[in-house]
Amino acid sequence: MKIEGNIWKFHDNVDTDLIIPARFLNVSDEETLAKYCFTDHRPDFAGGAQPGDIIVAGKNFGCGSSREHAPLAIKGAGIRLIIAESFARIFYRNAFNIGLPLLESTEAAHGLEEGDHVSVDLVTGDIKDQKKKQTFMAKPIPDFMMEIIRAGGLVNYTKQKGM
Amino acid sequence: MTTAMTITEKILASHAGLDSVRPGDLIEVQVDLALANDITAPLAIRMFEELGTDGVFDREKIALIPDHFVPNKDIPSAQQAKMMREFALKHSIKNYIELRDGGIEHVILPEKGLVIPGDLVMGADSHTCTYGALGAFSTGVGSTDLGAVMATGKTWLKVPPTIKLEYEGNLQPWVGGKDLILVTLGMLGVEGAVYKALEFSGPVIEKLSMDQRLSMANMAVEGGAKNGIVAPDEITLAYVRPRSDREPSLFHSDPNADYEKRIEINVDQLEPQVAFPHSPDHVRPISQVGQVSVDQVFIGSCTNGRFEDLKRAADILKGRSVSKETRLIVIPGSSHIYIRCVREGIIETLLDAGAVIGPPCCGPCLGGHMGVLAQGERCISTSNRNFVGRMGHPESEVYLANPAIAAASAVLGRIGSPNEL
Repeated sequence: MKIEGNIWKFHDNVDTDLIIPARFLNVSDEETLAKYCFTDHRPDFAGGAQPGDIIVAGKNFGCGSSREHAPLAIKGAGIRLIIAESFARIFYRNAFNIGLPLLESTEAAHGLEEGDHVSVDLVTGDIKDQKKKQTFMAKPIPDFMMEIIRAGGLVNYTKQKGM
Repeated sequence: MTTAMTITEKILASHAGLDSVRPGDLIEVQVDLALANDITAPLAIRMFEELGTDGVFDREKIALIPDHFVPNKDIPSAQQAKMMREFALKHSIKNYIELRDGGIEHVILPEKGLVIPGDLVMGADSHTCTYGALGAFSTGVGSTDLGAVMATGKTWLKVPPTIKLEYEGNLQPWVGGKDLILVTLGMLGVEGAVYKALEFSGPVIEKLSMDQRLSMANMAVEGGAKNGIVAPDEITLAYVRPRSDREPSLFHSDPNADYEKRIEINVDQLEPQVAFPHSPDHVRPISQVGQVSVDQVFIGSCTNGRFEDLKRAADILKGRSVSKETRLIVIPGSSHIYIRCVREGIIETLLDAGAVIGPPCCGPCLGGHMGVLAQGERCISTSNRNFVGRMGHPESEVYLANPAIAAASAVLGRIGSPNEL
């Protein structure tokens, strides 16, 4: 599975309140949530992200509240992949469960910058920056999580397995 | 020879039908209780319905508790609450608990005896880790995971390595569970325990009341932990026995269990702690805070909205007045706590001092409802998070502290200690 897009760069410890503030949690549909994704922090994000774009961030991405509205808002905004040094554990489960893959790579988190254009092989963990002609490696996604992504999320995965 | 295990590993093994587990093992576990609130349940219900199952795995093992935006704050949140109520009715969910019996999920569940030692609880709320105080394994998940648990009664987990924290010495006045967890977060950092279990132990914990243990375990997630846990003892049993007919399973760590790390913390010199914006690990002792004026003080939340917390605040506010420049909002964590505070004169003391009392709910903690902060405003709060914009405007500030510090700050109009009154 290959993903190609432009990079949106974020810092360490991005919390889910920053991704989607609680005042927008009175709804739960992806399309509405996407409009307010990072609204206080980066008002250019929701309108600017293009389908296929990629978020790159530092440590502990998605910490704080368990709100699944956070990965839903990011996915709804068009993001197809998040690469970070590390992820908060609830966010990690939530993202895979809704079919949004995550890759852990310290070298990519440090080496990639805002606006870079990369192509990523989810299976091998290769991240290629075409302009800079650089390649970064990410930890491969565990097989079990990859099966969930291939199914399109936990609901479909569970249905396919016949519970 | 049996493998030495920690309490967390023993509870996980027992729910996976295994003799032993090791950190890193991927296991499938049986869930004793699945929990969701008015924000996370609607998504979980949608996922549950997409699965197309006939019914829930066990109507007695699901708790649905509206607490974030109740009483409903606007039409969309009212719609979400209604969807949850209708689902509970349709599936005869035994523990759908709202308004008249209700309050904050993490206050209600222990109070009603719905979690006992040895249980495994999965909740669609990050502060589900609170029940570790009862010697249970409990952790937060998202709505999709919870939807699948409501259908199957099972989920997968990775067994976490454990960090053992041993607290020794004697606590100073005005220092409690909140300060122990804040100082611990200051040492570990907000990512210091990601994917790990925190085991709170030592003579200080053995003497700590259940309310204080609950506030400690509540904030394990602020270090990124999967769960926080306290071994069950006489204090646990004295709390649980009058509340539940079920027989608790008392697990304890083996003396030779493997820990990723052991940290000893001497509390003799520990002062009340204050977490500065915008992270729960930015802690300073109260003597190092300096002049920080506050527009609002909030006493409540799943961290510090329990009886002992409100009583502590009232003891400090008795015969005193809230500063004219400051608003004090107090929210009892449950209807039960509220009425006990009324009967014991605590509410009258708080009202006399100038507090406003909110109905049991999450209140301003997450910035959605009842006490939202304006641009440039500052609040000292007994809650658990002080991220950018957590309680309102992205340019507002939140400081975290225990109820005694919050009460004293309300009188002073700035962050301070009861010793200054």
